[in-house]
Formats: sequence, C-alpha cells, structure tokens
Amino acid sequence: MQSIDRITPDDLPAFARGCGVLGTGGGGSVDSGLLAAAHALAEYGDVPVVPLDRIAADGLVLPLSGIGAPTVSHEMPMSGEEPVLIAAEVERIFGRPVSAVMASEIGGSNGVGAVAWAARLGLPLVDADGMGRAFPEVQMVSQNVAGLPVNLIVLADVQGNLTTLRPVDGPWSEAIARAVTVACGGSALMADYVLTGAELRGAVVEGSVSSALRIGRTVAESGEPVKALVELLQATTLLTGKVVDVERRTGGGFVRGSLILDGTGADRGRMLRVEIQNENLVAFEDGRVRACVPDLITVVDVETADAVSTESLRYGQRVTVLSWPCDPLWRTPRGLEIAGPRAFGYDLDYTPVEHLR
Amino acid sequence: MTPTTPTTTTPTTTTPSATILRADVPARTAPGARDLRVGIDVGGTNTDAVVLTADGRVVARTKQPTSADVTTGLRSALTAVLDSLGEHAGRVGRVMLGTTHATNAILERRGLGRVAAIRLGGPATTSVPPLQSWPGDLAAALSAGSVVLPGGHYVDGRPISALDEDRLRAFLDTVAGQVDAVALTGVFSPAFTDHELAAAELVRKHLGDAVQVSMSHEVGSLGLLERENATVLNAALYQVIATVRDGLQQTLAARDLDAATYFAQNDGTLMTMDYAADYPVLTIGSGPSNSIRGAACLSGLDDAIVADVGGTSTDFGVLVSGFPRESAAGVEIGGVRTNFRMPDILALAVGGGTVVGPDGQVGPQSVGYRISREAFVFGGATATLTDAGVLAGRGTGLSAERIPGRAHARLRQALADAEAMLADAVDRITLGKADRPLVVVGGGAFLIPDDLPGVSEVVRPDHGDVANAVGAAIAMVSGTVETIIPAGHGRAETIAAAEEAACHRAIQAGGAPSGVEVVEINEVPLSYLNEPALRLRVKAAGPLGDL
Repeated sequence: MQSIDRITPDDLPAFARGCGVLGTGGGGSVDSGLLAAAHALAEYGDVPVVPLDRIAADGLVLPLSGIGAPTVSHEMPMSGEEPVLIAAEVERIFGRPVSAVMASEIGGSNGVGAVAWAARLGLPLVDADGMGRAFPEVQMVSQNVAGLPVNLIVLADVQGNLTTLRPVDGPWSEAIARAVTVACGGSALMADYVLTGAELRGAVVEGSVSSALRIGRTVAESGEPVKALVELLQATTLLTGKVVDVERRTGGGFVRGSLILDGTGADRGRMLRVEIQNENLVAFEDGRVRACVPDLITVVDVETADAVSTESLRYGQRVTVLSWPCDPLWRTPRGLEIAGPRAFGYDLDYTPVEHLR
Repeated sequence: MTPTTPTTTTPTTTTPSATILRADVPARTAPGARDLRVGIDVGGTNTDAVVLTADGRVVARTKQPTSADVTTGLRSALTAVLDSLGEHAGRVGRVMLGTTHATNAILERRGLGRVAAIRLGGPATTSVPPLQSWPGDLAAALSAGSVVLPGGHYVDGRPISALDEDRLRAFLDTVAGQVDAVALTGVFSPAFTDHELAAAELVRKHLGDAVQVSMSHEVGSLGLLERENATVLNAALYQVIATVRDGLQQTLAARDLDAATYFAQNDGTLMTMDYAADYPVLTIGSGPSNSIRGAACLSGLDDAIVADVGGTSTDFGVLVSGFPRESAAGVEIGGVRTNFRMPDILALAVGGGTVVGPDGQVGPQSVGYRISREAFVFGGATATLTDAGVLAGRGTGLSAERIPGRAHARLRQALADAEAMLADAVDRITLGKADRPLVVVGGGAFLIPDDLPGVSEVVRPDHGDVANAVGAAIAMVSGTVETIIPAGHGRAETIAAAEEAACHRAIQAGGAPSGVEVVEINEVPLSYLNEPALRLRVKAAGPLGDL
C-alpha cells in the first residue's frame, strides 16, 4: 500500500481520527495531542515521515510517549521542551545525534503527540511504532517482545527535570517510570528502547503512521464510513447495536469495567460484552470469546466511524464493534506472554480473531 | 400542583403573536406583598414573558418578536405583561431573564470587550498557547494579547512556579490602555486558588478598577484549555451583559417598579443581576434549561422527560429531582471548546415545519416560520409533518381538506417514521427506563402521540408554548465547587469544606441561607496515579432569599 512522506497541518485531523481508531478505546484523548501538534507544525514546519528501512543501520531512533494520568495532562499540558531535553541526554549518552523520532504507541494521544515531538526536534518521524495500537503498560511494546533489552529510559517533565533509568526488565521499567511520573506531578514525556535502525528492524510495527492517516482519510472521505473502515482493515464486525450498560471500577491505577451491547438491525437478539482495562480487551458473546487481546477491538460510531473511547461510552450510543488482527509479532509466544489475555488476568487461550466466528 | 388536563395546541406558534392572555389575578398573599414574578425568555425567534403568582400560576403572558438588539423586544414583552396586570403591576417583586444575548455576541463577534489572556502555569503548558484553537476572526475580535507566565499548581498542590510579579507587571504594561478586561487562568486553580487571587489583586492595582478581571476558578472546572477559553469569553462579555442589565433596569425604572432582577444560567438556576455582571458567560445556554424547568413547573412533575417540539427540531431533556440532567461532554460556543455545565439535550430534526420528501422522507429540512404559508393545511404546496399530524386527526382546529389525496400515503409513512425516530430518541435520553412521564411543550407538541413507547404517560400542560419563560420565573439558585481530593485520609474534611463553599456560592448568587442545601456530590476516581485521588464536584441549590 502507498505510504506517505510527510505530515502537514491539513493531515492532522485525519491522522488523529486514525490514531483514535487504533487506540482500541484507550491511549488517551487525541484532542489535546491534536492542539499541541497543530502548534508545533505551525512553529517548526511539516514533519517528514520515513520508512524504517531508510534509517541507517547505526542511526539512533528515539521512541517517545507521554506517561501519566489523563486528568493531569488535560489540566497541565506539556511545556513542549521535553523532547529537546530527552534528545540532548540521549545524544550525550550515545555520543552521536538522534536520526529520527518514533511513536512508542500509535493509538490515542501518543500517536498524535509524536508529530508534535518530531516537529519540535526538527527530525523525521519513523513510519512505525512499538504497538500498532494502544496498551496500558510500559513493558507492552514490540521491542520487548523481540527480546531487546530495556537498556535505557529517559523521562523529562514540565519543569525540565530529567531522569535516566537503567531498569533490569520490562516490569521494573513500568514500576519505576510510574513512580518518577508521580513525583513529576503525574505527567511526563518518556523515551524507552532507544535503539539503532538495525536493532529496530523486525522489532517494531512498521507502517503504522501511514496506516493511521489512511484510516482517518478513508473514514473522512467515504459516504459509508463504517463499511469503508471494515474493508480497509479487513476487520470482523462483532456486532452493531446499542450500548445498554457501562460498568466502571478503578483498581491498581487503571479503569476496569465492562460494556454490554444489544444488537440492532440484522444483529437484533444478539448481545456482546466487552471487557475493558483502559483499552478494550476481550469481547464475549453467549459466553464465547469473539475477539481478544492482542488483536484490536475498537468501538466506532455507527454513523461516522469515529472511535468511541472507553471514557466516553454512554448508554444508548449506536455503535459497531470491530476487531482485526494485530501485528504478527504479538501472536508469537512471547508476544502473547506480554500482552495476551493472561497478561491481563483472563484465564483463556488466545485465538486469532479471524478464526473466531 | 397536579398535572393539568391536556389542552389543544394549534401548530402555529412559529408565527410571533402579541396576544396577551390575562387570567384573574388572585388577592395579595399578605398586605403589601410583592408576590408576583415575571419570567422572560429571549429566544431566536420570539421573546416570551409570563407573570406567575406565588403558587406558580400563569396570570399573564405574551409572545413578541425578538429584536436584533434584543433589548427592544425585551422591553416590548415586559411592557406588554405589566400593562395587562393593570393595577397589580406594582406587585411584581422579581424579574427573571433568560437571554441569548451573550451567545449572539460571540457568534456575531459583536460588542465584545478587548481581553488580555494570562495563563499561570509556566514552564508547563506552553506546548499549547492560549487561544490556539480559536477561530481567527473571534480571536482577532477580542484578544489584546496573551501570555503564559510562571505560576499555577501541580495536582498535589505544590506550586509549579512561584508567581512572578515583575513579569506580570511587565506584560500588563504592554496591554495597558488597550484592554477592557483580563482573564486569569492558573493550572489546577479549581483546587488551588491562591495564585489566581494574588494575580487578580495585582492586576487591579496595576491597571485600575476600570479593567475587570475574570478568574478561571470562578468560571469553569478542571480541563485547562476549556476553562481558559470560558474565562476569556467571560471577560469579553462584561459590556454585553451590562447593556442588557441596563436596558431591563431602565424599563423597570421608567415604570417606577423596584423589582429584584436575575439572569437565568446554563444549569437551570438563577443569579442576581449583579452576580451575573461578573459571570456573563454563565448566561449562555439557559434556554433549554428554562424550557425543561418550565415544563416541570407547568406539569407539577419533578422527575420526567421533557420534549420541546418546535418548528424545526425537538429537544429532549431529562428532569431529575427538579433539575435538568447535565451533559457529560463540554460544549462548543462559536467554535470555542469550553467545559460548561449544560443540560443534556438530545436534538432531533423533527418539528412541525419538517418537510416530508417525495418518498415520505422525514426532513431534515424545515420550512421554519414560513409554515403558515407553505404547509398544505395553510394553503401552501409543501408537505410537512404538520400536514401529516392533521391528516392523522391531531392538531385540532385545522382541516385536512387542503391536503391533496396523492400526498396521503407519504404523509402517513412520514408520521410513522417520525414517531419511530421520536421513540428512539426517548429510549436514548431515558437510558431505557420506561417508568417516567413525558412532558410535551412547544408549538409542535401535537406531533407526539399519546401512546409513545418508552414513557409511562404523555402530559401536555397548559401554557406549554411559553414553558421557557415560566422556567426562568421559577428557577432556584445554585453554587458549584470542583476540586481534587485524596481518596483516603482527609477525604471527609475536604468534602465538608467543598460543601460549605458550594452553599456559600449559592447564597452569594441570591439564595436564602436557610433554604440552600447540597443537592449533588459527585466523586470520580483518577486513573494512572499511584496516590489514590478523586475528582470531587459538589453542587448546592435552594430557593431565592427574601426580598
């Protein structure tokens, strides 16, 4: 498929919509990321997008993501200088310049934010990310699946505080980075898995920036957005119906809950339950699994195909629940160990969505 | 009050009428009592006014066309009802006004003050500067400059930076003489107000009392950019709302009527004119709230669904314990995102003037106020839902004779489809609970069938077409406080303090100290914070205090 070579201010709304769809219900609201990206592009110019194979084998790639509480980032947006601090620290450690920025998480606000961070640094954005979707925890990234070491984590906050971590493994990176973020006031920018072009090949989800933009454009330009989206993603339509119940509870710092849908139209008489932990994790129908992590499950508006985040789910919404295959990397034994159903506490074996009917 | 019996409604209220209806005015509740209230609602088409007795009965009412300057129509409506009261006019003790004046000023970029937007949050927040997402012409119409300065707080109360008074003064010097007002927005100020208060003090000292100051913690809730937007709009509207206030007070003074005056606000409660003068942006969106509250008053119900059926659309709202249910998402005003409390309204493009297409499609076009010329039943050539209703035997007083036979089939189809759309909307707005009554008001009320699924019964109160003016007249006052609190230790004390602050705000807004009580406490746990914390919102409300 055709890839794109740059992101301009005109591309941002479609790109943000695509990031919303890839957010699988989580990843944070794309709205504030969109404002920051619009400001950064206006100040620093368009962002070139380059495929991973155009990055030199020894070229340094800086994967970035925001970490913290959505309520905090909604009230206290970033300073905008965080990427500069992180890049300078990374360049000091490695002794050479950073070649490109990458989104650690294409889904939700971190996908849109990456455009702002790349623009601020005047660097290209790699057409790839570490998830191909959104996940709630730091260690749930493709680089970890590929067995690459969490060699280094660098965090910068709104004040200019810079914290460099050398964690022993993925779970420790999550625990320590989270604690630092709290000390930073609940919001920070983070670089993890700073690696070379050669190391990242085969260890990231390629084409995800193009994919997000293509999703957004397809949805924006089609007269039948949901149908066009299903065709584009080769998605399985789990159910079209109405939201009849949304239950939320917080535990361990995350919002957990479930969503019940009642089928309408051709799906009348059927019901679907979607289990949520920030993102949509598992969809059940009559006790059977219809789709589960790491495959993507996204709830979209039945008219506009705009993604409906787990926070904005409400009784009565008319939605279609779609699921489509994750990157093959997530379907490896290690991928499933890190982000399969059991990694989220569900006692069930993973079956690819295309085999579930 | 008990629900009144259904009355016939003619579907012609889209045409302004100056008819004054006057019922018998009862004797004074006490010698010399100022026991009558006037409610005025300025809508897009009509300015409605009603006079209510102490027990909520409508004794006079009028509909006047809304004037371009708003004030002229307001004066006509007020004069009309006061005239009709005759010797009883002196008994009017209170006048309540719901107006679209502020909304129109923003939409038309007219009469707005020049504002300096100051954000206290540096070095945080600079990734999105003030006014960044605003429509260019609106920003140009009101902005005299903006800046992000050191200050504000973290979620846990630590200052992000100390307030830098020298830099604040230096910025003020650059805008002095060019600004009518200053908007101050500090990070996490709804929870920690001190930087905004100190900066406001400094601004007043430096620029003098002629420049007004809006503080974001008094205007909006958490969500920096939306609150900042609302605060800037508030600062731009001081003059706009002062004009309305002066117009109303001059009219009252000319009649030698010393009545207390109030503005209706977006959550269905009132503020005194003096209070509103400080928070003009809160008058935005009072229309739907008034219509919901008015429908409640006229029907005597406290928990109900309300449908306001107009010429082009039907607005559904929910009345919970006497107040409109509020929307979860913030609203956009003139292309600017805010985080205002607004009634949760579901608008459906189904109204009396909705055009029925050649194959029976329902709308979304409408003939609007031209219905009295264009609908079949009025001798016109356009198929509308009014025709469909008349054909089905509703809308008494109109004959189906003028509806051509060839249109019958598609009109029947359209009415059935419109009813299905209405039933679907009812299901959405009721969250599937079918146990509450539906109160139907507005000129197109006849479109709603008596056996609409999803509600316990359909109630059609008298004076339903001026429900919004009634809603303004009967509104209570309220105060809201929002903050972040720790989930464990200290939670009870913090909630108690917030309750006290909310009650205090309601009393400031004109509430009777003895009658104000907390009506809502809402706690939302915050995710991704190791320290458990809650977002707390407390609302207090009560009746107006004695005059």
